[in-house]
Amino acid sequence: MQRGAPRIVDPQPSSSQAQPSSSQQEMEDEEALSGTGEGDEVMEEEEAVEAEAEGYASSTPTSSLTWITWFCSLPGHEYFCEVSEEFIEDDFNLTGLNSMVPFWREALEMVLDVEPEDTQRIPDVSIVEASAELLYGLVHQRYIITRAGLQAMVEKYDAGQFGTCPRVYCVATHVVPCGRSDLPGLDTVKLYCPNCHDLYTPPSSRFQDVDGAFFGTTFAHLFFLTYRELAPAPYYSPTSASNAITPRDSPGGTSSNSNAARQVASSATNYGGQRAPAGRVYTSKIYGFRVSELARCGPRMRWLRMRPETATELDSVDWRGKWIGGDDFEDDDGQLDADRPEEEFDPDHAEGDDDEEEEEEEEEEEGPSSVVKGAGSMPKRRQEDRWTTANDYEAPPSPRPPTPIPKSASMQSLRTAVSSTSVDTPRDEIPMLSPPSPFVRNKGSIAHIFSKPASRGVIAVRTTVREVA
Amino acid sequence: MLRAHLQRTVDEISTGSDSDYSSSWISWFLSSKGNEYFCEVEEDYILDRFNLTGLNTEVQNYTQALDLITDNLDDDVAEEFRGSLDVQARLLYGLIHARWVITSRGLAKMLDKYKKADFGRCPRVLCQSQPLLPVGLTDVPYEKSVKLYCGRCEDIYSPKSSRHGSIDGAYFGTSFPHMLFLVYPHMIPQKSGIPELSPPGVKAVEGADGRRGRRPREEAEGTSEVMGEEFSTANVAMKAERYRPRIFGFQVSEIAKLQRWQEAIRDR
Repeated sequence: MQRGAPRIVDPQPSSSQAQPSSSQQEMEDEEALSGTGEGDEVMEEEEAVEAEAEGYASSTPTSSLTWITWFCSLPGHEYFCEVSEEFIEDDFNLTGLNSMVPFWREALEMVLDVEPEDTQRIPDVSIVEASAELLYGLVHQRYIITRAGLQAMVEKYDAGQFGTCPRVYCVATHVVPCGRSDLPGLDTVKLYCPNCHDLYTPPSSRFQDVDGAFFGTTFAHLFFLTYRELAPAPYYSPTSASNAITPRDSPGGTSSNSNAARQVASSATNYGGQRAPAGRVYTSKIYGFRVSELARCGPRMRWLRMRPETATELDSVDWRGKWIGGDDFEDDDGQLDADRPEEEFDPDHAEGDDDEEEEEEEEEEEGPSSVVKGAGSMPKRRQEDRWTTANDYEAPPSPRPPTPIPKSASMQSLRTAVSSTSVDTPRDEIPMLSPPSPFVRNKGSIAHIFSKPASRGVIAVRTTVREVA
Repeated sequence: MLRAHLQRTVDEISTGSDSDYSSSWISWFLSSKGNEYFCEVEEDYILDRFNLTGLNTEVQNYTQALDLITDNLDDDVAEEFRGSLDVQARLLYGLIHARWVITSRGLAKMLDKYKKADFGRCPRVLCQSQPLLPVGLTDVPYEKSVKLYCGRCEDIYSPKSSRHGSIDGAYFGTSFPHMLFLVYPHMIPQKSGIPELSPPGVKAVEGADGRRGRRPREEAEGTSEVMGEEFSTANVAMKAERYRPRIFGFQVSEIAKLQRWQEAIRDR
C-alpha cells in the first residue's frame, strides 16, 4: 500500500507548468481524485487503483491544491513557507541539488505537479515522495534567504507561528526556526531566540521529523539582520526598560542612569534601531539570599545571559576576547607597546641580550614575551629624555642611545607604521636630531636571524637597524 | 480487604472525589492530572502544627481545609461550600508542600522525581536534555506560576504544557532547586559534555555531528568531569558550549561581539 500524495494539478492557467496545457487537460479528464489531502486512506485506495494504470496520481478540476500547498499544510510542517514556483523552476537555484537528491527528475516533477512523460519507468511513489520532500526542503533552505522568502517568513514570525522562547526572562520572544547544519540527515530543526541567542528544541513533538537542513544555519541570523527592528539589542539598561523613571541606587553606571532616565520615552531609539532586549538574568536564591558564586552549587553561568548596559561597553573587549584598557600585565597587543618604552629606561636592566631578544620577539609574536616584559620593567621605570624615548624600539638602554639615533631615523616612518600609537609623539623629533641614514638594511623581519649580535658593542649599529626592520 | 473497600466507599461519599481508588485526599490530589510536579508530604509533617506556622493567615477556613487534607473532614459540610474548601485545601497543601520540599525528607522525594526527569527536560539544545527542577519566582501565592530550573544553564523556563503552567510557583518556593544542589552536590550537572543521566534517545554521536558547521572553538567534551571541587566547577563553565550564530559559515559580528564580552566577563 503506497501512501500517496494528492497529485493535484492546478488547472488555472496562471500556474506555470513545464508540460503543455493540453496534456493537463487530458489528465484531468481521465482521473478523478479527491481534492484535499486529508483522507489519506481514501487517497491510498485510489492511488493503488490508479498506480497500476497510470503510475502517478493525477488531478481533479475540483481543487487547486498544489503539492507545495499540500506539503505546507501537513501537521508538523507549519514552519515551512511556500516556495514560489518560479524559484523552483529556475535551474540555477537548484544548482548542486541533483547530486543530493535521488530520483531527481521525478521528485522535481512531483513538487511542480508535473505529470511524468514516460509512464514506463516508474519508481515507487513513496520513494519519490521522500525524494520530493528532501528536494523541497533543500530548495526551501535556499528560498528563505532570498528577499521573497524572508518576506514570507516574517509574516509567519509576526503571527507567532514559530512559537516563543521557553526561557522565562525572554518574556515570550518570538523565535525563528534554525538548523544546526546545512546538510540533511543530521539533526532536526531547532528554534532560535534572538534575545538569548540560543537554540531550543521545539516544544511539540510534531516537529521532530523536520530536518534542520530544510531551514539551514543561515536563515535565522540573516532574518534578524534584514529586519533589524525585530532583533533585540546586545546591550540592556534595566532602568530604561522600565517605564517609570526610577533612579538606581548603585553607584555604577551613573551616566547610563541619567541617559536612561532622559530617554525613557523613546526606548526604541536607545538601541540603535533594534528592539529593547529582555535582559533579566535569573538569580539563584536560598531563603531570599543570593547563592554565592564561591559555593559549589553557586551560579557559574550568569555570563551566558548578561548584557552590558551600554553599547560602548561592548567595545572594551577586543577581537580576541581580551579586555582593552590596561588591566594587568597579561594584556598584550595594545598594552605591549605602551610598556615597551618603560622597559628601555631601565638603567638596572643590564640584560642587553634580553632586550634584543625581546625586540626580536616584538616582530614575531607579542604574546609570550609580554608577561616577561611587563613584569620586569614596570617597577623599574625612570625618567628619560624624549629622544631616548624614541629609541625604545631599536636600542637597549642608556649606554647606547647616541649610536642608534642616526641609523634608526630612516626607519622611523616604517617603525611608526608597525608599532602602536602609544609613543608617537617623541618620535617626531627624531629627524631633527639626526640625518637620515643612507644605509638601508632589508626590511624583512628575518634579517635579525642573520645578524644575531655576538656582542653589543660591535654590532650595535646592525642590531639597531635589524630591530627597526 | 473488606474494611479497605468500606473505607474507600466512605471516602467517596464524604469527599466526593472523582477517583474511585484514592485512599486519601493527598493521594487523590497527587494522582490528578497536572499535579505531577508535587510530591507526597508525609502525614506526620502535616500533623505537626509547628510546621504549619503562619499558614492559618494565608488560608481561609484553615481548620476545615486542614481536616480535608488529613482526611478528618466531617461529612456534614455544605455542597456549595465544598468547592471553595477544595480550593483552599489545594492552597494549603501547596504551601505545606513548599515547606516540605526543602526539608531533608522532602528533598529526597523530589530527588527521586528529578532523577526520573518527571519535571521535564531542558528545551535548550546545548543542555542536552538536562532534567529540570520546579522553582517559584516568589514565595507569595497567587502571583507567579511555577517555572522550571535547569541546573546546567542555570536558567528558568516555562513549562511546556499549560496544565503545569497554571500551578502556583509559591507551592515550590524560590529556594528549592538550589537547596537540592546544596544538599546533593553530586547532582549538580556538569556544564559541558554529555550528561551522566542518560537523556532519552540522545546519542553521544549527536554532539559531534551537530557541531559541523560550527567552528570547534569549544573544547572537546569527551571527558566528563567529576564534580568534586568547586575549582573544577568554575573551570567547567569555561568549557561550556555556546551556540555561535553564523551566516554562510561566518559568525555574526554583533552577536559574536556580545559573546566575546560575555566570555571576558566570565574569565575576569
